[in-house]
Amino acid sequence: MDALSLDRIHFAFTITYHYLFPQLTMGLALLIVVLKSLALKTHDPKYDVAARFWGKLLAVNFLLGVVTGIPMEFQFGTNWSEFSRRTGGVIGMPLAMEGVFSFFLESAFLGLFLFGEKRLSHWAHWASAFLVFAGSWISGFFIIVTDAWMQHPVAYRLLPGGAFEVASFWGLMLNPWAWLQYAHTMCGSVVTASFVMSAVGALYVMQHRDEQYGRTFLKLGVIAGFLACILQIFPTGDLHGKYVARHQPAAMAGMEGLFNSEKGAPIVLMGQPDMAAQKIDNPIAVNDLLSFLVYGTTSAEVQGLNQFPRDQWPSALPLLFYSYHIMAGLGTYFLALMATAAFLLWRGTLFTARWLLWPILLSFPLPYIANTTGWMTAEIGRQPWLVYGLVRTAQGYSTHISAGNSLFTLLGFLGMYAVLSILWILLVYNFIQDGPVAAQSPAAHGGKTA
Amino acid sequence: MGTLWFWIVALMLVAYVVLDGFDIGVGIVYLFVARTEDERRQAMSSIGPFWDGNEVWLLAAGGTLFFAFPLLYASAFSGFYLPLMIVLWLLILRGVSIELRSHSGDPLWRTFFDALFAFASILLAIFFGTALANVIRGVPIGPDDYFFLPLWTNWRIGPHPGILDWYTVTGGVLALVALAVHGALYLALKTEGELERRSRAFALKAWPVLLVLTLAGLPLTVLARPHALQNYIDHPISFLVPCALLASLAVVIFATGRHSSQAAFLGSCAYLATMMAGAVIGLFPVLLPTVGTDGRDITIALALAGPHTLRVGLVWWTIGILLAVLYFALIQWLFRGKVSQHADGYGH
Ligand code: HDD
Ligand code: HEM
Ligand code: HEM
Repeated sequence: MDALSLDRIHFAFTITYHYLFPQLTMGLALLIVVLKSLALKTHDPKYDVAARFWGKLLAVNFLLGVVTGIPMEFQFGTNWSEFSRRTGGVIGMPLAMEGVFSFFLESAFLGLFLFGEKRLSHWAHWASAFLVFAGSWISGFFIIVTDAWMQHPVAYRLLPGGAFEVASFWGLMLNPWAWLQYAHTMCGSVVTASFVMSAVGALYVMQHRDEQYGRTFLKLGVIAGFLACILQIFPTGDLHGKYVARHQPAAMAGMEGLFNSEKGAPIVLMGQPDMAAQKIDNPIAVNDLLSFLVYGTTSAEVQGLNQFPRDQWPSALPLLFYSYHIMAGLGTYFLALMATAAFLLWRGTLFTARWLLWPILLSFPLPYIANTTGWMTAEIGRQPWLVYGLVRTAQGYSTHISAGNSLFTLLGFLGMYAVLSILWILLVYNFIQDGPVAAQSPAAHGGKTA
Repeated sequence: MGTLWFWIVALMLVAYVVLDGFDIGVGIVYLFVARTEDERRQAMSSIGPFWDGNEVWLLAAGGTLFFAFPLLYASAFSGFYLPLMIVLWLLILRGVSIELRSHSGDPLWRTFFDALFAFASILLAIFFGTALANVIRGVPIGPDDYFFLPLWTNWRIGPHPGILDWYTVTGGVLALVALAVHGALYLALKTEGELERRSRAFALKAWPVLLVLTLAGLPLTVLARPHALQNYIDHPISFLVPCALLASLAVVIFATGRHSSQAAFLGSCAYLATMMAGAVIGLFPVLLPTVGTDGRDITIALALAGPHTLRVGLVWWTIGILLAVLYFALIQWLFRGKVSQHADGYGH
């Protein structure tokens, strides 16, 4: 395989793996703040215990987020040096700001949140939880600003020598693409966290152990999950789609598998792109819906791939099509599941509805898939551009690093992350087996300080 | 503007070396001075709340470098491809071992992570020292401002150097000893009982080695890069830095001998800071010197980002760092004092 392909796989693999952890920790940090607030309000120690339990889980995921994030920070330079040289004057800014504004905040107050409960008043401990939440969400913001500039470059100026610089700080920070993407991504993170919390709740309730906690987890998880699932689709997903259609029409055509421009374009719910015949095999389609979703009227014309020269098509078209459909399909399923659960919660029958608790328990991996495929949609859809319309992917990689060297380090990361995955599963399994009450006593294993 | 950002990045790197230096140092001496389970737990607890925050200085410095000197970031990080990746793997292993050792009471589990922690810390120190020595020695930059260094060639300095040669390996050993002393002094400051005593003894024993290596460093550097002293000769006032370096080494030994742990640790911080400052002064205004003939030195002027970017950057950087220092002071104050010998560290 050539160096460019390897560099792409290298980046895609390491970033996808990294994002498995922040997507949980950002959402969980929010839910922990809710738990700590409930503890302050009700003076019920149950909520403090619950916050401590999820705090430990947060710590493990945070750790993995940190150790897999550090390679990301350096990979722009190692494997994408030409890209870094040209765009560092722009994307280096949000990346550096992320370090300065959020990583210091997060790491300082996570330590305080985990190790300092005894040294702090109730309020101060709440504040440390809040600052961990703020740190991780600010971190998410700056990284999305980075990505959004690559998707939709704004507020830049070209310098002699081919490099870019920021022309307007506020233009960069207020990039509309960034705010849309941020809203959608953060909702996705809350979806992951609330599915995980509900699943643990469902497990405890069905096993008749730690039931008091199980119910709290289910309740919080279902309410937060329900709200996040709505926001995920409407307005954030919907708006994001309209924006993509307007600014990256080729990506949108690829996502939808629309080979030819059409008035009253249909939406294909399922099917297989056939690249040779340039059509979708076995389509299950709803007429006119795509035109309506994108332009608000059923008769509008949606641009198909035939409008674009072949060298501007997203290179991995079938993968783009599937990624997008998996994300959107799962999003629909999530909403259905959480709406049903919220309805039963309201009626007071959720805790005994085993037929629903089972799917809640088993669904916790699915938001990870939805978030990952969502990113694949965004990143593959952007191809063949690295910075949309400005820098091609093939112009960005480190040409003086041989394919052999990239393969060597790719294999190294594969091995390293395989080991991390095993450790992660072991630890999380142990935590959930020990339960919230054991997390209380430092004698039990799992205690950071034990 | 360029000079200002040069010193900003240098300052952040110094902060990284001094801060992460002590937890890496704890890792280096860990197996030698912390023998019992209680002592190991004490040692780990002494760095538990801090190591991640310390590492953030590396990230923030890296990010700032990317932003202020994109060409340097692009050229150096791809040129040092393999050693950098190895450093990343070591950082992963070290972070994991610090956090995971406490997650099971099983002695085998703990022994494994103890060994991993020490292994990764030792290699990291050597790699960092080697990296700094590479920057001082220079690398064969090509006409396109890029280069690629293999891990080793013939172990000699010359037009085709590797990452490892006799000079850079000496730099690695120097860093290993310096951080070992730094870590031992930190443990002496933060722990009590046998562990405190043994750490201090370790520092006392390692000190002469550090002195010899430090003194040898100067002539070796002149051998590796003949005009390394040019800036010093042009501005004799900068000879104050090596004087301060030696003074801080003296503080280390006297304070350790008198059991005043605080002064000894501060001395060691000053030692590391002046060591870095000495190297940086020797380089200025070059960021990465070249050793061949077909390329040019990467200088501040060559690598600098656009003017507007840098002006805006100064505003948020100042605010951000003030905040970071504030958090740091708060955390140090909250976790002040020694880690207790018997209870479970700082925790609940
Ligand atoms: C739990 C996760 C999750 C779920 C259920 C959904 N999404 Fe999503 N989506 C993401 C998680 C995500 C994401 C990971 O957050 C992405 C990747 C990059 C980004 O900005 O957000 C994303 C990107 C993304 C994009 C942008 C692609 C691009 O930039 O080229 C669109 C148009 C949508 N989504 C639309 C939807 C719609 C219409 C959904 C529901 C039916 C939906 N998403 C469900
Ligand atoms: C927000 C920060 C992110 C930035 C700055 C970023 C940037 C990049 C860069 C530089 C590449 C390599 C060049 C290329 O092939 O286009 C890339 C590719 C890719 N990224 Fe991202 N990315 C980010 C987030 C993510 C996340 C979170 C995921 C997945 C979970 C992801 C998935 C991918 C994939 C699958 C590719 C390969 C696309 C291809 O080569 O066809 N990215 N991204
Ligand atoms: C190429 C893109 C990325 C880079 C360079 C990057 C870099 C990093 C680094 C260096 C860390 C460790 C920070 C520490 O030591 O405290 C980290 C952690 C983190 N990253 Fe990323 N990251 C990327 C993608 C993302 C994305 C897409 C998101 C979310 C939208 C994200 C969110 C976070 C969060 C919340 C953390 C804190 C650790 C955690 O909560 O797990 N990162 N990242």
